[in-house]
Amino acid sequence: MTARRRILAAMSGGVDSSVAALLLQREGWDVIGISMDLYDFSAVTRDRAGTCCSLDDLYDARRVCDALGIPYYVLNLRDEFRREVIDPFVREYATGRTPNPCILCNEHLKFRALLRKADELGAEGVATGHYAVIRREAGRCRLFAAPDRSKDQSYFLFSLESDRLARIHFPVGEMRKSEVRKAADAAGLPVSEKRESQDICFVTDDSYAAFISRSGIREKEGRFLDSAGNVLGVHKGVLRYTVGQRKGLGIASKEPLYVVAIDAERNEIVLGTENETLAAGATAGRASFVAGAPPAAEFRATVKVRYRHPGADATVRVRGDRVDVVFDAAQRSVTPGQALVLYDGDEVLGGGWIECASASRS
Amino acid sequence: MRTVYFDHNATTPIHPEVRNAVAPYLGELFGNPSSIHWAGRDVRKAIEDARQEIAAFFGSQPLEIVFTSSGSESDNLAIKGVAFRKGNAGKHIVTSQVEHPAVMNTCRFLEGQGFRVTYVPVNHDGIVEPDAVRNALAPDTILVSIMHANNETGCIMPIAEIGAMVRRAGILMHTDAVQATGKIPIDFKSLPVDLLTFSGHKVNALKGAGGLVVRKGIEIEAIIHGGHQERGRRGGTENVVGIVAMGKAFSLLTSGMAEESAGTRRLRDRFEKGLFGRIPDLVLNGHPTQRLPNTVNISFRFVEGEAMLLNLDMMGIACSSGSACTSGSLEPSPVLTAMGTDPTDAQGALRFSLGYGNTEADVDYAIDAIETVVRKLRALSPLSHPRQVKVR
Repeated sequence: MTARRRILAAMSGGVDSSVAALLLQREGWDVIGISMDLYDFSAVTRDRAGTCCSLDDLYDARRVCDALGIPYYVLNLRDEFRREVIDPFVREYATGRTPNPCILCNEHLKFRALLRKADELGAEGVATGHYAVIRREAGRCRLFAAPDRSKDQSYFLFSLESDRLARIHFPVGEMRKSEVRKAADAAGLPVSEKRESQDICFVTDDSYAAFISRSGIREKEGRFLDSAGNVLGVHKGVLRYTVGQRKGLGIASKEPLYVVAIDAERNEIVLGTENETLAAGATAGRASFVAGAPPAAEFRATVKVRYRHPGADATVRVRGDRVDVVFDAAQRSVTPGQALVLYDGDEVLGGGWIECASASRS
Repeated sequence: MRTVYFDHNATTPIHPEVRNAVAPYLGELFGNPSSIHWAGRDVRKAIEDARQEIAAFFGSQPLEIVFTSSGSESDNLAIKGVAFRKGNAGKHIVTSQVEHPAVMNTCRFLEGQGFRVTYVPVNHDGIVEPDAVRNALAPDTILVSIMHANNETGCIMPIAEIGAMVRRAGILMHTDAVQATGKIPIDFKSLPVDLLTFSGHKVNALKGAGGLVVRKGIEIEAIIHGGHQERGRRGGTENVVGIVAMGKAFSLLTSGMAEESAGTRRLRDRFEKGLFGRIPDLVLNGHPTQRLPNTVNISFRFVEGEAMLLNLDMMGIACSSGSACTSGSLEPSPVLTAMGTDPTDAQGALRFSLGYGNTEADVDYAIDAIETVVRKLRALSPLSHPRQVKVR
């Protein structure tokens, strides 16, 4: 008897990860269902559907595994989650940035901690329900956007490099959402009807600001300035604002005003017109490349500066572990803390974390 | 001796399919459902399958079902769970004068903990009228608990109407549906209640298991603190056998309840007609039609219920005076008292509740036996002869 190849399927209870597990099982894998216990949701609320890993979702995931007849384990990764996701999230926010914890969760939890668990459990790799495509070529793996553009999640995966991709599977990555639903129905999987998981799972019920202030960061009022340094009013604390924000500023003005920049150190927020939110370029730090190295010291790429950004053509210059990007056309709301992801057509080349936007010369 | 079991409102015989369903869990499937290994996994699946069957029966979501040890525990969990969670918002609870002791005594307990309780009356037919509940509501009312059907009379309360009015007022609604479950249709999805109590052993499952349906989004305090079982709402390793039994029993109900309750109703009506046709001076306690299809509560004038009960028992017929939880005393039933039943009539009241396994032959045998006993006791009765008293 040859042992079947074993794989961990990260299960959220939703339709995507459930069908991912189903497809792997049909391919003959020995599938083990896994959910991550990341956070004590009961401390915040009892009923919170639609996030990745709340209590109801664990129930749903268990029932899907029951239906598939595969074992299901809940792994406690609360310490890692706090250290790698929540703490950095709070720190980033406190420095005036708008962080993206979902990428950190992918990077450190789903595709690092879970791969470690896969080793412990004798599994070759980890599968998830992400919509993205991995192409396995001789000697390396490449990452591409999903054909179903409305579902594409490759933005959240930019930090995975080739040797990790080799152990990762996205079984539904090339499917359309409607096909995934159909497959779940046909197999009679008890997946629940819930909304897409897009909110940040651990910030429940109330605002980010309330979550962060519960984490012990004190909010302090400060000054709204215009780009010339004139005082426009008083803000309620830098935590409550994000670059590009227009609503809730409480400043009367002839033209609509936007948050242009946040200086947490000086506790000042610069407001400006829509034009002033335009950035000619951006600098991203902690850059990484799927192939392990950039294609060249300077190259052309399509750049996304947030998840729903359609992408902007730009010239990229690599400078150590930083990249400097100059857009062909200025871009709105380039927000420090968010990921900057570099594409060559459909292919994800890599990316980094936005440190600052460079002002538009227009 | 021939035996006839007419006390299904006290408890029911175990269905043979239920017995078969639990057999593996009295043998090789012994694991703790919280264990993550193979021994726990199969047992956990059995519990979740049962939860799904029960949810399907009630028209609820699986996660709205919280397993407990009994209907009484479920009533405690519902009422104390709301009181302890919402006690800061208000200190007033509304219930009725005909509730099961599990509700009644939980409310009395809370009266000793700083809560006020209004016990609304019933009308002469034993029905809680919506207006009575409406009039009892106060600005700080946090919970209304009204049973779905009464255990002694079988009276069906207008829960849909009461619940709708209570919830419009922003107040939580609990109903003890232990007696209604399996006898009349219940659809939790459309029924305007937040919390609903059920029990296993009243529907041909086992004693020691019950549940509370808690509408999604309603938060209650646990009353048994412990492990994370039932998502923190009820600590303690699950009663696997009892839960599996309920799963089976409820799946049987889902497929066959309508037919079975029609059959039971035919038998009960035959029984009722037979008694009223052959024995004079009987009084029906409770509403003539707004009543569970299996229950009939009758006062046999000029005889004591207790004497009837014992004589019938000697003839193999099991029935009860009052609820099993209060019988044993010669006190007239508080339920009948609340209905304004004449105290002497209340003393002579017997409840017959039919169900799974009963036959026409049972009914006919019981009618003969009851007629014999009544004649014998009336001949001896110090309460005097029926022909010589003025009947009201």
